[in-house]
Amino acid sequence: MTQQVVISGIGVMSALGVGIDALWTAMVEGRSGLGRIDRFDPSGFASQVAGTMEADAFRVRDVVPKTYRKATKVMCRDVELAVGAAAAAVEDAGIVTRAAGGDAEPTLDPDRVGCHIGAGLISAELNELAAALVTSQREDGTFDLAHWGDEGMQNLSPLWLLKYLPNMLACHVTIVHDCRGPSNTITCCEASGGLSLAESRRAILRGDADACLSGGAEDRVNPLALFRQHATGRLAPTDGGGDISGVVRPFAEDAAGTIVGEGGGLLLVESAASCADRSGNAWCTIEGIGCAQSVSDSPLEPSGDAIAAAVSAAMSEARCDPSDIDALAPLGTGIPAMDRAERDGLASTLGDRISDLPCITTIPYTGNCLAGSGALSIAIAAAAIRHQHVPVRLGAAQTPGICAEAAAGHDADLRRVLVTAPSEGGQCVALVLGGASP
Amino acid sequence: MSDPRVVVTGMGWITPLGHDLESTWSQLAAGASGVAPIDRFEAASFPTTFAAQVRDYDWTAYVDGAAIHHAPALNSQFALGAARQAWEQSGLGDHSGLDRTRCGLYLGAGEGVLDFDAHSWIDTNAWCPEGGEVDPVKWAEFASRHLDEWGEVEQEPNMPLWHLAREYGLRGPAFNCLTACAASTQAIGEATSMLRRGEADVMVSGGTHTMLHVLGVTGFNRLTALSTFKGEPQKASRPFSRTRGGFVMGEGAGMVILETLAHAEARGAEPLAEIIGFGSSADAYRITDIHPDGRGPAAAMAAALCKAGLDPHALGDDGRPLVHYISAHGTGTQENDSIETRAIKRVFGDNAPLVPVSSLKSMMGHLIAAAGAVELISCILSMQHGLLLPTINLDDPDPELDLDYIPNEAREADIEVCLSNSFGFGGQNDTLAIRRPG
Repeated sequence: MTQQVVISGIGVMSALGVGIDALWTAMVEGRSGLGRIDRFDPSGFASQVAGTMEADAFRVRDVVPKTYRKATKVMCRDVELAVGAAAAAVEDAGIVTRAAGGDAEPTLDPDRVGCHIGAGLISAELNELAAALVTSQREDGTFDLAHWGDEGMQNLSPLWLLKYLPNMLACHVTIVHDCRGPSNTITCCEASGGLSLAESRRAILRGDADACLSGGAEDRVNPLALFRQHATGRLAPTDGGGDISGVVRPFAEDAAGTIVGEGGGLLLVESAASCADRSGNAWCTIEGIGCAQSVSDSPLEPSGDAIAAAVSAAMSEARCDPSDIDALAPLGTGIPAMDRAERDGLASTLGDRISDLPCITTIPYTGNCLAGSGALSIAIAAAAIRHQHVPVRLGAAQTPGICAEAAAGHDADLRRVLVTAPSEGGQCVALVLGGASP
Repeated sequence: MSDPRVVVTGMGWITPLGHDLESTWSQLAAGASGVAPIDRFEAASFPTTFAAQVRDYDWTAYVDGAAIHHAPALNSQFALGAARQAWEQSGLGDHSGLDRTRCGLYLGAGEGVLDFDAHSWIDTNAWCPEGGEVDPVKWAEFASRHLDEWGEVEQEPNMPLWHLAREYGLRGPAFNCLTACAASTQAIGEATSMLRRGEADVMVSGGTHTMLHVLGVTGFNRLTALSTFKGEPQKASRPFSRTRGGFVMGEGAGMVILETLAHAEARGAEPLAEIIGFGSSADAYRITDIHPDGRGPAAAMAAALCKAGLDPHALGDDGRPLVHYISAHGTGTQENDSIETRAIKRVFGDNAPLVPVSSLKSMMGHLIAAAGAVELISCILSMQHGLLLPTINLDDPDPELDLDYIPNEAREADIEVCLSNSFGFGGQNDTLAIRRPG
């Protein structure tokens, strides 16, 4: 018999706060976390809105053991988000890890706990780098590379590079929670969260782990990351005036782009047997996962075929057909090329059923946290299954071909939710989540 | 039913010692060094002035049509060249029955090269000395004028995936992982796992990376991880030597074609090697140091051996241990080489001195994310040629390190089984075990 793998703990970090309840409650109430960027003056950019956490919502020092506080100095924001999400996931799962400190016995054998985290192309903090670079600037404004090599670089702290390596998210999380099993860092933009869960599940199914902290986190709310998204035309222009809740319009014909955010989630992905042994409370079962690569003319425009292939593979593994799916949790970025791929791919695999399936879209609430966004939509899909409820949808009045228009929330019989994500770069992933086994 | 066996049917690399299998192999067999003064940028004033650079490489010779590739950056260029060689050797291009939806990708590709000239100018000229920070409005204006949008997109670590998918029409599952120096070993291990699970029939796997740019060298110099050797550059990379003083940066790509044995046999392809084991662990110790006992590296080696069904303490009929060669991570830092030696002893016990071990990095430097794939390919070539590659510059051995490091000269041997080790900054450890076919 095939082993079952469940999601038995959820920790999310988003513009709506720390923890799954904060995000879920906001989505049930229809309250977006987007707002005008206040970390820096964004007026040089056409898109001046983002999903950021309140400054006092979270301090990473508070979620690591005292002995590890010194290490928080070498955590960039992406790492802080991952460490925060891991703490929330461990708490939600009701397990004890090394983070508890003292002589507390860990619930799970550290050698059998893995960690797979989606991470982005982390942008070095601009002020930190620029403060060092200016020491090598000549009078005429040009840069003196010879001076930099000889003296200037000494103005960067010795561990500067280690702050920004993508694998530092998993590195800090594995140290804080003593996860010594298989660990990896997946860097496939928006698909990273789903692909990380695929990898965690694979490690569990091949017998290398009993549980893994899995998901992704990213902070795109800094000038360089914002520029990169701008340069490729992915962002909706807005100065933050007017009704923010309509800025991101997933699947609308007049969608103008997405909005960046900071956030992500780590989930405890666990074998059903391990979860049952410790009397854990699973959110849902991962019934199937499919992945496919898009072969399109531009890495920015994934093809519907790849989403369709991922969905087919996920449904086939879950041994279900479109009539068994009760809701969709597409990425729904509001970027026309991405949404088109997702809608076309879903339509070609679900057929007429697509018109019956309500969408659960998270990005209008949190912004697009790229490597963090997949984990957020998976977490919300799991919450929808637990609460048997489709939360309020923000967006456009009409979304032809898919039920993603702005709508009130409602209770629903949700046996299975299909989660999808295309990515910048063309990796596509789909997951079928089903109710936890009784 | 037992899991499908997985074999390598094609391989290719772009390295500092050559752009094809044969020329690079003959350099390695002769114990040549690819290390020379850096000419990618003016590095004369840097603490480190040398590296193993890929020179005179033209990626357009390795693709069907350069126009479909949107100006690939170096990582993608190296990947395209290495993949072409692997693809040709595998004969998949001539296989009319190839189902490209069953051909996936799993790369360990690094982050791309930041345009330092543009960035240093923008950052310093947007700097506000009064406030001690960058003026974000000015910065945004300069960025839009000076940064190239495709150059920024190409820095995403998942871009080589898109280029390879585009070149070969690969539509199967696609992942990119980035666990620093362990990435491509891990990619090949996970790709093997996917083939065993039936997620694909063929996987293109490997790694590609250059950190041979101003901020890369700066970052590693600040960490004091790079050799600052004062003599001839060719002598700078000194793994296992008493006078080793850090690693030497290399760059390039290594790609392999992996497929299930059944798929290879059905199309009459010749297996070059079988992947018989993969082990992955996290140190969960410190971001800057390896656990002094070599706990994580030992766990990775032990897991790979266990999967391969090889007892490290046993001797074969020929009186040799069952592993005939270990391609060491062997970076040439004090810490790595000591702890790797300790970990090998921990795993192999009394057999440890009987297992030949060497470091390719003594000759071609450290290819960071691409290192593992390139080193695995060298293991396969060693099996084919019956020749163990040397650790060069080992004229002053560290008395504390007492394994057989194959000093300075290649050695003939009958090699059936090899291990290839890769350990990443941040505590990621991966080991592959391979066997010669037949």
